Amino acid sequence: MKVDSLTDALPTDTADPVPALVGADPRPVAARSRRTRLVRENLVAYAFLAAGIIVFALFSWYPIVRGWLLGFQQVTFAQPAEWVGLDNFRRLFDDPLFVTAWQNTAWFTLLALVFGFAAPFATAVVLNEFRHGRGYLRMTVYLPVMLPPIVTMLLWRWFYDPGPGLFNNALEMVHLPAQQWLESENLAMVSLVLVSTWANMGTTTLIYLAALGGIPGQLYEAAELDGASVRQRLWHVTIPQMRFILMITLLLQVLGTMQVFIEPYILTGGGPNDATVTVLLLLFRYAFVYSDFGLASAMSMLLFVVLGLFSLAYLRLTRSKG
Amino acid sequence: MTNTSGSTSGCRARRHTGIALVGAMALSLTACGGSSSSGEGKDGVVTITVNDMPPKTQPVDRKIFEADVKAFEEANPKIKIDAREGQMDPKTFAAKLAGGQLEDVYYVYFTDPAGLIERRQGADITPYMKDIPYLDKIRPEFQDVFKGKDGKIYGLPNGQYSLGLVYNRDLFEKAGLDPDKPPTTWDEVRSAAKKITDLGDGTVGYADYSKNNQGGWHLTSWIYSMGGDVAVKDGDKWKAAVDSDAARKALQTLHDMRWTDNSMGTRQLLEIPDVQKMMGSGKLGMYMAGPDNLPTIVKQFEREYKEYGVGAMPGDATLGGGNGFMFNPKATPEEIKAGLKWLQFKYLNPDRTEFNDKRIVSKDVPVGLPLDRLYQDDVQAKVDAVHAKYANLPTDNFKPFVERNGTLEQKVEPPNAQQIYAVLDGVMQSVLTKKDADLDQLLKDASKKVDALLATVK
Repeated sequence: MKVDSLTDALPTDTADPVPALVGADPRPVAARSRRTRLVRENLVAYAFLAAGIIVFALFSWYPIVRGWLLGFQQVTFAQPAEWVGLDNFRRLFDDPLFVTAWQNTAWFTLLALVFGFAAPFATAVVLNEFRHGRGYLRMTVYLPVMLPPIVTMLLWRWFYDPGPGLFNNALEMVHLPAQQWLESENLAMVSLVLVSTWANMGTTTLIYLAALGGIPGQLYEAAELDGASVRQRLWHVTIPQMRFILMITLLLQVLGTMQVFIEPYILTGGGPNDATVTVLLLLFRYAFVYSDFGLASAMSMLLFVVLGLFSLAYLRLTRSKG
Repeated sequence: MTNTSGSTSGCRARRHTGIALVGAMALSLTACGGSSSSGEGKDGVVTITVNDMPPKTQPVDRKIFEADVKAFEEANPKIKIDAREGQMDPKTFAAKLAGGQLEDVYYVYFTDPAGLIERRQGADITPYMKDIPYLDKIRPEFQDVFKGKDGKIYGLPNGQYSLGLVYNRDLFEKAGLDPDKPPTTWDEVRSAAKKITDLGDGTVGYADYSKNNQGGWHLTSWIYSMGGDVAVKDGDKWKAAVDSDAARKALQTLHDMRWTDNSMGTRQLLEIPDVQKMMGSGKLGMYMAGPDNLPTIVKQFEREYKEYGVGAMPGDATLGGGNGFMFNPKATPEEIKAGLKWLQFKYLNPDRTEFNDKRIVSKDVPVGLPLDRLYQDDVQAKVDAVHAKYANLPTDNFKPFVERNGTLEQKVEPPNAQQIYAVLDGVMQSVLTKKDADLDQLLKDASKKVDALLATVK
């Protein structure tokens, strides 16, 4: 809030020096000098702020702007870039994998919502009921997040191995047929979502646990006095109280899962038969396998627009609550 | 926000500290974008950056490389070599070029030059070629890989491989096969794979790649070996040739081995390290590879060379690839000349073969793998004779490869190879993961996609 009031004061102060020269009305001058003093006293703060802005400009905003420009250019880095207009976009739409990649990404996001949205909520609700060993359980749930992604992927590769893998061994023990987890077009994406959910749900679970802790106990007491069952308490107290946080994590989940890359890159390479080629995987291929940075930038621009829409929704939501 | 630092006086000292800090930060940021250290010094010494220096984890190779740098600098006091680890990595290449960090002389695979030349990411070295000894003895087909459509030369080859069959001799024996006579047709491969799989205990007869463009690369050589092509030149233009009887036959064989004989294991979507691991663990009978795979398997999995054999590619043709060096498009003529001298000294020096073999053989580095048939006629014969003299490997195990490989047609990779391989990856995956894959439809679809890719080749 403090920063807001300072920046609000700034334009009036520097943009309109006339009252100081004329000095017609003593009251505005007093207000102005107070503002000037405020600005002067905070010059160092501004300088530090400028440092942050420069760093952001160099490492965040400049690459974004440059990325947008690259989308309209043919880039080789050895020669000056050549403007090609909308050519990169035209080539994108001609690529038969383009539609596949968007479909696969949407499918992954949808599946991730089904698994990845419900799982941490259910886990948090269950964990919240424990009176003893809560800290230990929380840590256990968070543990997969701490594993380096490559370790997670290699671990799951062994789980999924159609030969001596953990899952197929387990199925065999209960006399069920072995599955081609990553090798079947129908199962591959589901398998990737499972890995992703397992690897990432720890953070969301902790957020839910914190939110659950914030629900006033009296509400549950009142519900209990009214004779509400566990399910009714969950439905009529917990979920309405958590509605806002659930919405936020839902949007963050969409933003995160649409950028899925490492799971298909390491586990399936986009296969079988392009069933797990995602937008980012295709973008990666354009840039780093075919060295076509213009095409990759055009693709990232489209992704940026789609994610931007979700981000807008997220901002709207957080602002309306704030 | 720029107004904040330019406003009126007051708290001068504090303000200056802040601004100085900001300035220092900005300076340190701009300092990141330095350039490589090459260039001509004031005393006429040219410093060139080169890559391909082995990492510290390979101490023997690294020592040899460093000794070569020293010897070269002593022989050429006006040239200094600034050697870097690593080879061509498409993931970092463009960033290094854009940031001025690309080496003056850089290592490439045969799949790279066409694209690099087209994007003008390599320097034209045509004017400096006359001083390269033995240039006329380097096989012209490998030199052609580095020629642009303008007829100019953009690099030099230094290594070459042909795909063949790497196999486990013990498993061959156990399965009642003759380890000195590996299969020479795909039917023989199929029946051998079946016999090896029948040994049980998780043994896989034959494995192949199907991920990260490696499936497409191998399917291309399957098709070559069956007498087909993936792309053919039609006048000035290229067009797909994937939808052919040869390709159908290749897919059918793969399909039957995977689903009828069950001799390709259940795990698919494999790539090089997976298959090498299977071979290293003694559970794999055969896979398609060049002889250069053996040192990796032996070293990484602590095996012995005598356990393995190498046969030539079954069928009538094989896919040949290789590697070489290209030059930074921003390199000066002096740097290019110095770089060429270095390449000739280190990599294209048949006169140094004896010296080289002698020193590495004493350090337990393998000598005698059937590799690098880079030269023609008498020069290659001389090099081969030296290798044979110092060989410390069971060279008889490679005889089937050496003897038959010369009789096979050697075919190079198609234009836009990596993109085509990405398409063919899908075909390979379908056949290996879907029992009811429609082979005709797969080839028809792939052909359409390859045609679209080839339309962009000029």
